[in-house]
Amino acid sequence: MTPKSSTLENKKGAGQAKSNGGFLHETPLLDRLETGPWPSFITGFKELANRTHSTMLRGVLDQLEYSYETKTGYWKGGTVGVRGYGAGIIARFSVISNKFPEAAEFHTLRVQPAPGLHYTSKSLRDMCDVWEKHGSGVIALHGQSGDIMLQGITQAKTQECFDELNKLGWDLGGAGPTLRTSASCVGPARCEQACYDTLGVHHKLLTHFVDLTHRPSLPYKFKFKFSGCPNDCTNSIMRSDVAVIGTWRGDIDIDQAEVGKYVDQLGSDYIQNSVVALCPTKAIRLKGREIEIDNRDCVRCMHCINALTKALSPGGDRGVTILVGGKGHLKVGNMLGSMIVPFMKLETDEDLEKLVDFGTRMIEWWADNALDHERIGETIERVGMQAFLDGMGIEPTIDMVEAPRDNPFFKATY
Amino acid sequence: MSAQAQATSWKTVESGPPDPMKFLHPLAVKNYGRWKYHERPRPGVLKHVAKSGDALYTVRAGTTRQMTVDGIRRLCNLADRYSDGYLRFTVRNNVEFLISNPGNVDPLIGDLEAIGHPVGATGNSVSAIAHTQGWLHCDIPATDASGVVKSLMDELIDEFKREEMPNRVRLSTSCCEINCGGQNDLAVIIQHTRPPRINHDILNNICERPKVVARCPTAAIRPATVNGKPSLIVSEEKCICCGACFGACPAMEINHPEHSKLAVWVGGKHSNARSKPTNMKLAAFGLPNNPPRWPEVADVVKRILHAYKEGGHPWERLGEWVDRIGWKRFFEATGLPFTKWHIDNYRLARVSFNKSAHIRF
Repeated sequence: MTPKSSTLENKKGAGQAKSNGGFLHETPLLDRLETGPWPSFITGFKELANRTHSTMLRGVLDQLEYSYETKTGYWKGGTVGVRGYGAGIIARFSVISNKFPEAAEFHTLRVQPAPGLHYTSKSLRDMCDVWEKHGSGVIALHGQSGDIMLQGITQAKTQECFDELNKLGWDLGGAGPTLRTSASCVGPARCEQACYDTLGVHHKLLTHFVDLTHRPSLPYKFKFKFSGCPNDCTNSIMRSDVAVIGTWRGDIDIDQAEVGKYVDQLGSDYIQNSVVALCPTKAIRLKGREIEIDNRDCVRCMHCINALTKALSPGGDRGVTILVGGKGHLKVGNMLGSMIVPFMKLETDEDLEKLVDFGTRMIEWWADNALDHERIGETIERVGMQAFLDGMGIEPTIDMVEAPRDNPFFKATY
Repeated sequence: MSAQAQATSWKTVESGPPDPMKFLHPLAVKNYGRWKYHERPRPGVLKHVAKSGDALYTVRAGTTRQMTVDGIRRLCNLADRYSDGYLRFTVRNNVEFLISNPGNVDPLIGDLEAIGHPVGATGNSVSAIAHTQGWLHCDIPATDASGVVKSLMDELIDEFKREEMPNRVRLSTSCCEINCGGQNDLAVIIQHTRPPRINHDILNNICERPKVVARCPTAAIRPATVNGKPSLIVSEEKCICCGACFGACPAMEINHPEHSKLAVWVGGKHSNARSKPTNMKLAAFGLPNNPPRWPEVADVVKRILHAYKEGGHPWERLGEWVDRIGWKRFFEATGLPFTKWHIDNYRLARVSFNKSAHIRF
């Protein structure tokens, strides 16, 4: 890398530094990435580096340019932490720090955001001020588990930075074999379809288990996610070990006057073809300007409610469905969660205690039975669903299965 | 460690996630759990109406996800000016401003677009791409993440700003086969094509060998002495090139600048609406990892999304469209080749093979 000044004439957008002042090195590949109408993170990084003269950021841009040249990554992990915690800081040391000494350290603080990713401008500004003082000023909103990722700090400054963030009310998230930072949908804060208090349950449950977030003591990562309805906006069935999804018993609420308005506005053909015909269990009929639903056939898929939001809404007896064992690709391919709790109420403190108890017993069963680096879905697959249910003391019900078994070989007790 | 050596009087408050109520717009607090319906007045704008009659507008805009304090302060300035200081983010890295005064919607949109944030991602749009860390920050990536996303979104930005797809389209990219990007309508994921190259010189110094052996899902790794040093060897026949061993041991070098390719997967679906959630299926593979713009990947992605836009019925997600027309027509419509590598192997092929006489001619 020749430390020559690069020209930034191609830069677009307002609020950009007008010249690099000779600070940044040439990054021709990253400059090509910068072009085009979508906003570019490279533009942001250059602007920040030029303003703050962060040598760390300059080194990171140099190393990234080199990654683009060589199609190779150059970070390695390690151990960087804060007092009393065993997780929450992601260590990144450059493996080619001889070539890019400015990028020698580029550690990340994973910070837990408020459930639903809500902020006030003041809370973000205060965080930015602390982060600019101690770190690179680079922030990812958000990581794939849902953390605020403050990227780019040296080991020497980590404790002080965390102390100041902690004074502002922020705490670190999970990493490695811990209970990870959770995600919840926007929930009752701004959605008519939320069937339980996703934000409140997320807040209380993760606060209860906070020790498991900060101290790695589990076989591998463990994630809860909270979706307010079966639209599952947090993708909990695929992306969490415990998917807590809002649902309801009883009948869908129908406002027939609003149904009539939809018929007038959209036409009965639309209602017939795009609502009635798409019901997966054929539970709906259009009769003139009214809708009729056979709620015994309804599987709570949400389609008709999504399509006719003013006229239809989840029924009054609301609660949650819980699926267990979802996870990503490694090592056995993607797994979706399995239905373990078809319905439970989740409104009172007592209800929440039942969920806490369920989570505690499940984590204990998993910790007792899992191999190293095994998600609970993999453990269940290895030891068998029956062993998991027996371990949890759960009696299977017909709601948990697609169908009874078709393989004839089993040993029932007689 | 030096951090511990620093004298400080602050005792950590182990608080976990902050209380969300402190961050909610006053109208969200007032109408918490009492919303009645929502509308989309235009792409990028939501209007939520509460049972009380209050209306809360949301303006949604794309970001780079990899942001900086400068960019975030600019968003805060807009929040102070137009949304009473309240904003939030979506899981696809879009920023949302919550607005009580409908007169602020259009000026905010103008200001957002003036500083380079496209407004959209509502309804039947192509939303921003969920993605991973890549070369910028991850310790095991075979490609970049933010860069792939930037170059793809340059091509898809018009569909981000419109609501013209059959249903919403959710995309992701992942820079290793852990696939942190998740299951989506369409995902671009690294596909390793060669077993790991093993760095025997350093392996025993930096890795716990039994841990690496245990990490392998196909029992392809076993201990051996190589050049007089304790190390590991891999059965190339058994290895499925998943890269799990690399996470446990950096000497198991799975990433390769040429042999780590990109694959495109389609038809993942999170929602329970209509059909049940589904895993993605393989559409294309062997695409070159070609920074800084990855044009071969963009070509395949655009072909698939174009065919879906042309052929999908209202409300059909990408996977539901394929379910209706069949995979044969999917490959015809996209011009992508179906090969022997698209079938499942081992026992799984007996699940995904056609177990009927149903066939389309």
